[in-house]
Amino acid sequence: MPQIQHPEDAIVRVTRSCICGSDLHLYHGMVPDTRVGMTFGHEFCGTVEQVGTEVRNLKPGDHVLVPFNIACGKCHFCQQGLFGNCHESNAQATAVGGIFGYSHTAGGYDGGQAQYVRVPYADVGPTVIPDWMDHDDAVLLTDVVPTGYQAAEMGGIQPGDTVVVFGAGPVGLMAARSAWLFGAGRVIVIDHVDYRLEFARVFGPAEVYNVREIDDMVVFLKKQTDSLGADVCIDAVGGDAAGNAIQTLLGTKLKLEAGNAIALHWAINSVKKGGIVSIVGVYGPTGNIVPIGNVVNKGITIRANQASVKRLLPRLIEHVKAGLINPKAMITHRVPLADIADAYHIFSAKLDGCIKPVLLPNGQ
Amino acid sequence: MLTTELVDTATIPGWGVDADPKNNPTYPIRHIEDQQTRGLTWDRPAIQVPDVEVLRSIEHNRLPAVVGTSTPPSGVSGAIRRYAFRRSESDWWHWLLLMGADRINVVEGVVQDVARGRLPNIPAEMGARAEWRHNKTGLARKVGTLIGVGAALYLALRREGGPAIPHTPDLADAARPAPPAPL
Ligand SMILES: [Zn+2]
Ligand SMILES: [Zn+2]
Repeated sequence: MPQIQHPEDAIVRVTRSCICGSDLHLYHGMVPDTRVGMTFGHEFCGTVEQVGTEVRNLKPGDHVLVPFNIACGKCHFCQQGLFGNCHESNAQATAVGGIFGYSHTAGGYDGGQAQYVRVPYADVGPTVIPDWMDHDDAVLLTDVVPTGYQAAEMGGIQPGDTVVVFGAGPVGLMAARSAWLFGAGRVIVIDHVDYRLEFARVFGPAEVYNVREIDDMVVFLKKQTDSLGADVCIDAVGGDAAGNAIQTLLGTKLKLEAGNAIALHWAINSVKKGGIVSIVGVYGPTGNIVPIGNVVNKGITIRANQASVKRLLPRLIEHVKAGLINPKAMITHRVPLADIADAYHIFSAKLDGCIKPVLLPNGQ
Repeated sequence: MLTTELVDTATIPGWGVDADPKNNPTYPIRHIEDQQTRGLTWDRPAIQVPDVEVLRSIEHNRLPAVVGTSTPPSGVSGAIRRYAFRRSESDWWHWLLLMGADRINVVEGVVQDVARGRLPNIPAEMGARAEWRHNKTGLARKVGTLIGVGAALYLALRREGGPAIPHTPDLADAARPAPPAPL
C-alpha cells in the first residue's frame, strides 16, 4: 500500500480503473522512460482511505473520480486552467505535467491499475462523485470524455462545420459525439477496424469509413467535401496508427520518431485551407515526420493539448446529468484486475469487439 | 552583436497599438487578464522531499513541489538514464537514450525475476489466454511462424557446423570475379 509523501496527498482505494488507448503506447514501448516495475493506469475512481494534513476538501470514505492530470492548482499554468500543463508535478520533463501511471516522462507516479494509489494534490483534481451518477460514467470522466470533448472544443467548431475525426476509439467516439454539441453540421469518423466504425456510426452518430477500403484518404475526403476539405480535423489516434508502411517502420518498429504519424498527415492534408487541426492523440516526445510545409501553405491552425480535466468537469457532469452524453455506453468489457494481461491483449489486438475495458480490483 | 540587455518597449514607436486581447486567437484559454503572476512567483505548495533518486529535467530550475517516486533508476539502465538527463528535452539523444535504457531495463527485469527464483511466464504476460479465446487462427499463425523460423534456424545452424557439407566457399572464392556472360 502506498504512503502519504506530501501533506496534500491522499491514498485512494481503487474501485474501478480503465485501460486507455494511450496505455498501449506504453505497452508497445513507444513512450520513453517507462521503467520496469511501475504501475500503469491514469483512469480510475475509488474511495478515499487516508488524507494528508493539508487536505481540506476530501475525507476518508468519499467516493471520488480522479482526473488523469496531477495538478497543483497554483502555478502559472494551473491559474490559466491548463491543468494538463502543471509546472509543479513533473520533475523529468517540463513539456507535460504529471500523469498517473504514465512513465517517468510524465512524472514517475504509480497509477490506478492497482488496489491503492497515492493521489498528490488531493484538493485540486479529485472530485466527489455525485449521488445520482453511475460509477461507470464517473470513471470515464477521468480522461476519455474530457479529452474527446476538448478535442472538439479546440477544433473551434462553428455551426454547420464538417468535422472529420481520425480514430474510432473511446476518445474519437467522444470527440464525434461532442462535435454535435458545438454545432457541427456533419461528422465523419475514420478508422481501420469495422466493429469500431459500426460503434461510431451508432454512438456518434457519424458517417464512417474504413481506411482499408480507401486508396487515398486525402483525395477521398476532398471528394466528400466539394474538393475543399473539412473545416475541422481531429487526430484522436496518435502514434499507434495503422495504414502506412514507412510511418510504421520508422515510428512503430524502429521507434525513431514518436510513433506512426499517419493520422496527423491525413488531418493536415485533408483539412480546408484556413481550417483547424485539433490533436489529442498521444505522440512520444522524440521527433516526428510531419508535413509542416502544408501547414504553412494552407494557413492551418493546429491546436493540441492534454485535456485539462478539472476545467471541463463541471460542464461535463451537467451534460451527463442532462443525458447529452452517455459515457458508459462505451464500456464493452469488465475484467478482474487479476486478468489484466488478457485485458491488455484483447484491447490492443482489437479482439472480441472491445471498445473500452474496465478493470475491477476486487473481481466483481 | 549579442546583448543581454532588455529593450525598453517605451522607446519603440507604435508599441502595442494592436494588442487587443480579443484579437488573440489563443483566447479564451489563456485569460492573461486575471492571472496572478507572470513568472515563477506563485505560492508554492509544500515541498516534498523525495526519499529516492528523482531525475530532473535540465529545463527545470528547481524540483517541482511534488514528485513521483514510483521506480528509481537502477542498474545499467539507470546509469544511461542519469546520463540522458544531462541533455535537454529538445535533444533527440535525450529521448533515444531513454528508449534504449527502457529496452535494457526489460532484460534487467527478467534477470531480476530469475534471480529471485521466479520464471517469467511470457506467453501469459502477453495475453496468450485471451488470444486463444478470441483469435484462434491468429494464435495458430503466430505459433506456426515461430516453429517455422525455429526450424529454419536449426537447419541453417546444423548445415553450417556439421560435416554434411563437403565444400564451404571461402573468401577467395567470393572475391573472384564471375566469368563474363556469353554474348
Ligand atoms: Zn486515458
Ligand atoms: Zn500547477
